[in-house]
Amino acid sequence: MTASVTLSGLNHRFGPFHALKDIDLRIEAGEYVTLLGPSGCGKTTLLSILGGFLDPTEGAVLIGGRDMTHVPPAKRPTTTMFQDYALFPHMTLRDNVAFGLRMAGVARRVRHARAEALLGMVGLADAAGKRPHELSGGQRQRVALARALAVEPDVLLLDEPLGALDLKLRRAMQDELKAIQRQVGTTFIHVTHDQEEAMAIADRIVVMNAGRIEDEGAPVRIYREPATLFTADFMGEMNHVPATLTDAGVETPLGLLPVDGLGRGRAMVCLRPEAIGLAAGGVALGRARVRDAAFFGTHWRAHLVPVAAPELVLVAHLPPGAAPAAGQELDLGAEPHAFRVYRLEE
Amino acid sequence: MIRLLPWLYLAAAFAFIYLPVGALVLFSFQAGNLPVPPFNGPSTRWYADVLADDDLTGALANSLLVALGSSAVAVSLGFGAAYGLARHVLPGSALLRGLLIAPLTVSYLIVGLGLLIVLTRAGLGLSLWTAAIGHVVINLPLAFAILYASMGAQQVNAERAARDLGADEARVVLLVTVPMLMPAIAAAFFLSVTLSWDEFIIAFLLTRFDVTLPVEIWSMLRSGLSPRLNAIGSLVFLVSVTAVVILETLVFRKRRP
Amino acid sequence: MTARAERMRGWGFVAPALIWTLAFFVVPFLVMGAMSLATLEGRTLVWGVSLANYAELTEKAYLWRAILVSLEITLTVTVVSVLLAYPLASIIAFRVPPRWQRLALLLAILPFWTSYVVRSYAWLLVLAREGVVNQALLGLGLLSEPVTLANTRFATVTGFVHFFVMLLTLTIYANLIQLSPNYRRAATDLGASAFQTFCHVTLPLALPGIVTGAFLTFVLCIGDYVTPQILGGNTELTVPQVIMVQLGRRADFPLASALAIVLMGIVTLAYLASARWLRLDRL
Repeated sequence: MTASVTLSGLNHRFGPFHALKDIDLRIEAGEYVTLLGPSGCGKTTLLSILGGFLDPTEGAVLIGGRDMTHVPPAKRPTTTMFQDYALFPHMTLRDNVAFGLRMAGVARRVRHARAEALLGMVGLADAAGKRPHELSGGQRQRVALARALAVEPDVLLLDEPLGALDLKLRRAMQDELKAIQRQVGTTFIHVTHDQEEAMAIADRIVVMNAGRIEDEGAPVRIYREPATLFTADFMGEMNHVPATLTDAGVETPLGLLPVDGLGRGRAMVCLRPEAIGLAAGGVALGRARVRDAAFFGTHWRAHLVPVAAPELVLVAHLPPGAAPAAGQELDLGAEPHAFRVYRLEE
Repeated sequence: MIRLLPWLYLAAAFAFIYLPVGALVLFSFQAGNLPVPPFNGPSTRWYADVLADDDLTGALANSLLVALGSSAVAVSLGFGAAYGLARHVLPGSALLRGLLIAPLTVSYLIVGLGLLIVLTRAGLGLSLWTAAIGHVVINLPLAFAILYASMGAQQVNAERAARDLGADEARVVLLVTVPMLMPAIAAAFFLSVTLSWDEFIIAFLLTRFDVTLPVEIWSMLRSGLSPRLNAIGSLVFLVSVTAVVILETLVFRKRRP
Repeated sequence: MTARAERMRGWGFVAPALIWTLAFFVVPFLVMGAMSLATLEGRTLVWGVSLANYAELTEKAYLWRAILVSLEITLTVTVVSVLLAYPLASIIAFRVPPRWQRLALLLAILPFWTSYVVRSYAWLLVLAREGVVNQALLGLGLLSEPVTLANTRFATVTGFVHFFVMLLTLTIYANLIQLSPNYRRAATDLGASAFQTFCHVTLPLALPGIVTGAFLTFVLCIGDYVTPQILGGNTELTVPQVIMVQLGRRADFPLASALAIVLMGIVTLAYLASARWLRLDRL
């Protein structure tokens, strides 16, 4: 019902294109992991290798401790939930969900009972006799989930499963997916390009870029303490302040920041918009003039031009009561631990 | 006046298109012995005459047999080739596709002539079997082209899902590919039946004693105009039209949601 | 599964169709090619490499006449059919309300599905001395005595045009209906007259459908034996008729094969001439 997954030294090439580079990753049994990255980062290729649809050029795939690198999809303890769901249009929902059991030679009555139980779990108990084209997008997505779970895989692979749904439905399905994963205990590996979805759903996020793993860890850690500049930017909006590392600390146009340096050289200081506050305590960032501001309900999103560095524009999320006006000058500050410093390659 | 012109043209075009068919059907109900004006019917005597003619009904049965048999073979072979080329990576697949389509570009007379030369050289007797072989040759490219064009991405993903859920290739084909492609398979089959049912020159060259209906009609033509010919011609037209209407309503209507 | 096993499986699916095509199309075609280089001495066939049959085509008047007759009839039929079918397709595509278009098209090409032997016979019926056309014209007082319409080149061309107007209407309509009406709206909006819009916008965009249909017309027309045999007179023969004469009366397979090869050559030239605009894959 559940198993760990170990990838070691995985490389894949499509002709001259190096799609996956030295992937090493361990996923524990029962974990919910998202593979997150922009399109073309290799996350779908990685999922195809896990599912057995692609043979990796180098490296090994271990599922539950057994080598599965060259085992075809049908013989793996994995099932895939496809992006377009790939429901069989000519079969009822019951027959769709029971298909894997039918292939395994399970008797008709047993597999139908099991299919109906699973349709019940995803809230479609009444629709067992319908066909896929009679369903909405969200309902199709649930049937695809029930079908993939019917064969009781150790690992479920989800390829952008919520990509075709609208925002509101996507939020609801994220909660539901997570609840079902808790219930069945199967290892879920979920590919997405949406960082909010990844944070909403995952125990652990694996950030990928250009065929490599950039960062991996719990959502809080990935968001607040991203290991690389790429991850920092991909996980959400960031203010960038160019800096120089010296023995004294980090020199920036906003002043000398009392942050631990990482040797010497050029660097980039990153600060999330919500980390910038109005003076009082923490590290002072000096005065800035409000260029414009818009009200978002939970905060004011303001563009601020520091007086000391008029070539910079900072984005800040100010409290709803702040009511910043264009042209107004504010005193800015931030918590010391909110700064992330990345050395730039020379 | 200018506004009416397109509709007048449409009416004239339809008159031209339906003139021969109209005359054919009308004078099949002629009571007299000549299918020309004045019309002095209606009478169904020529239909009774035609249906009592064993040569004609025999030829009609032969035609049906050849059409259904050759179409079944053409569609099966065409499906295999389309599936193999669409789903497996084969060297020289563009060349293979070209080769399979090639008979479409050659006139039926030449296909029939080539087969006639080879069959007589090989000492094989001419029969309904040889005509059916010829009909498979001309219908296979059409069936292949129709089925290959319909092997789209939607099926690829469903086939992948079936394989992922434990289906071997035979069951993927039988339980997923064939049912999903049923409209295209039916279209290819009906088109093939219609073409084989009407085909004359290959059947003429490759049959001897048992002949198909168009060949039988051809031999009747030597005795000149006769309401019998009108009657049998109308029946043939009725069968073709039925096949086309079935094709239109069953297959194409479904494609439009 | 290894790539090799996977490829073998693929061949397994393709092989039956491939073997059928090779055995019953490619091999007969090659044998026919070889046959065209053989000669007939008395009644016995002598294989060899001789161009005697092709030489005969240029020497004997009735043979090259047949090639000329076939070309004349085919070109006439192609041009006339295009000229008649384009307005019909255009009216169905642009004038008939969308919900009736499918029905109008189905009706316009329904007689296409009559057996071609029956269709040619039906034209014989219409064009006969005592037939519908003559009777109607006499009845209207437009003629004082019946004219000979059947068993002439006119009858052959009429029979062919009837068939190919339907085919061309289908291919041209399929092309026209894909064009966004905004192209024509844009042209009119920019000041083009109806005639200018047709010449500079609609016609160039419709050309692939026209050329595809015209090519099919050419290929099917030049290779047809039935229509000229039933409707044409005995004064002139087309290439397919001459081929059938060689097969029937004289069993001269070498000459028949040479004629078939020439026919294929003509079709190949037509293909090369129209290849630029052909969209055979779209049918």
